Amino acid sequence: MTTTRIAETAPTAPPAPHLGAGDRLRLWWSALPRPYQWGIGVPFIALLAALPILRPPILTTQGTDFGGVLAQFGMYALLAIGLNVVVGQAGLLDLGYVGFYAIGAYTVGLLTSPDSPWNQTDTWLSRHWAWVFALPIAIAVTAVSGLILGTPTLRLRGDYLAIVTLGFGEIVRLLADNLQNITGGGRGLSGIAFPLVGQTPTRTKGVFSAGNTHLPLNFGTWWYWVSLALIIVVLLFVGNLERSRVGRAWVAIREDEDAAEIMGVPTFKFKLWAFLIGASIGGLSGVLYAGQVQFVSPPTFNVINSMLFLCAVIVGGQGNKLGVILGAFIIVYLPNFFLGRSDLFGIPIDGNAIADYKYLFFGLALMTLMIFRPQGLFPARQKLLSYGREVYVVARRAALAAAGRLPAADEDGAR
Amino acid sequence: MPLLELKDLTVSYGRIEAVRGISLTVEEGELVTLIGANGAGKTTTMRAISGIRPLSRGSVWFDGRDISRMKAHERVLAGIVQAPEGRGVFPGMTVLENLEMGAYARTFKTRAEHDETLAAVYALFPRLQERRTQVGGTLSGGEQQMLAIGRALMARPRLLLLDEPSMGLAPMMIQTIFRTVTEINSTGTTILLVEQNAQQALSRSDRAYILETGEVVSTGPGKELLADPAVKQAYLGVA
Repeated sequence: MTTTRIAETAPTAPPAPHLGAGDRLRLWWSALPRPYQWGIGVPFIALLAALPILRPPILTTQGTDFGGVLAQFGMYALLAIGLNVVVGQAGLLDLGYVGFYAIGAYTVGLLTSPDSPWNQTDTWLSRHWAWVFALPIAIAVTAVSGLILGTPTLRLRGDYLAIVTLGFGEIVRLLADNLQNITGGGRGLSGIAFPLVGQTPTRTKGVFSAGNTHLPLNFGTWWYWVSLALIIVVLLFVGNLERSRVGRAWVAIREDEDAAEIMGVPTFKFKLWAFLIGASIGGLSGVLYAGQVQFVSPPTFNVINSMLFLCAVIVGGQGNKLGVILGAFIIVYLPNFFLGRSDLFGIPIDGNAIADYKYLFFGLALMTLMIFRPQGLFPARQKLLSYGREVYVVARRAALAAAGRLPAADEDGAR
Repeated sequence: MPLLELKDLTVSYGRIEAVRGISLTVEEGELVTLIGANGAGKTTTMRAISGIRPLSRGSVWFDGRDISRMKAHERVLAGIVQAPEGRGVFPGMTVLENLEMGAYARTFKTRAEHDETLAAVYALFPRLQERRTQVGGTLSGGEQQMLAIGRALMARPRLLLLDEPSMGLAPMMIQTIFRTVTEINSTGTTILLVEQNAQQALSRSDRAYILETGEVVSTGPGKELLADPAVKQAYLGVA
């Protein structure tokens, strides 16, 4: 594509369809120069990180600790980003994603819990850093499990794949429940390692211990910060993948698998990559869970949680990695918002009951969404997937030129 | 040595044999057509050549090599590119992105080589250039067909497989598409065309094969078949 050719004919291009708020936001953001994006992005992230310190009264949860809620949000955000790679990017419906979350959490549990026969703390894992060392191991184990699940099942498509993955999620949970000698069965594994740092007389086991309940910098807050840092790293990684050949292959597979194959895309290989990357990110979230809660047991990894993760992705908008983070926030925050609340803006409510019925409400919300906004609240842009920025800039120029606010696009209009 | 040779090709869906031992050849530079009614096995044959559908018997030879076991995406690199039936345009991608997907497997030595290929496709289908920022799913049927063919050409195929390019198009558009097919062939690209529009296809092709219920029943130069009374009756609606 030569840039001049685009610039010459841009004003004759068909008029852009009506833009929603999200599209306009994206357009505005894409057109900003890089330094401005940093200038807005960094303070925004700092504000997010400061939430558990500021504890704004409107946002702060009453029934549960706000720091803990945010930490849980961090884990769910990671899960949503990982599941989005599989479901949103590559278009593979995975209903057993909770299995990878479980494998990540149980790997840390098995390596560091005193209840586990494979406990390695104080052997080759130092007590202080056992969790940190277990993290890459757990990610590797989940990646391999993604490969094991994907190799035979990715030959299936659509509904068939969904059913097989659903089975996988249950198998993992049932193994955890029944391999009593290893996983402790229903009793679970307790005393899982966490990073032993920041020990003071009041925080004898460091800032990451569940014993650190000193507000506002309690252990939930610290784990939220860890997950926030990991989310940024994962977002950069996934964002780069999206813009690469791999990302283009995923989009092609999602849109038409046969057509992708006859365009020379090794579809099986890329589907497997999507599974493996998604699994690793899910495993990473499980590692966070094991560290924060310091206890793992089978009910946490019930298949209904898979549905909840999928709900976060669908509500947020499949394919949009920032949208699914918002989806994760909604899924985690709303039930906790109502928990322990007896009135809402002066209206008396039974908050605990509302929180108890969260599956009912999310189910209804999902159905409503499917009818009125099937693409999710913050959908991925439907077009301009690979040339997004470049073409948006041109389109914007053309629109402005038409409105008489700018001279028509010049020679290097697409730069 | 023919560029493409099918030897006793058999393809089954379950226990049903859709293609029963077809043998055919396509020489370098030729425009060859497969004609047949619905269910004759035309599309199945195409899918077997491009590698989407496994063979149950027989073999596919390309450029002197047996490619029967080769994966579909590897056949693209070998030079077999298909514009599939129903066009197979990526609906959420723009025209330009669709075209770029066509060049996915191909590595361009220079940027200029890439630009040249794209310019050649645009020259063939000026409409695609006008619509390059439009999403594939919002194109008209004819434009989608142009895009499917243009996308296949981005891979610079040695053998271009066209599966019913005239399907569902207006008569004017059918004329345009067929003219372009002839033009692509005249620049040296070998084409294997599947069609129901016998009149147009036969008059433009070097040779043709007529398929009935999975078997080749007749073959010969396109114009000869066009004059054949049996063909006339069966496919041209002339008594």
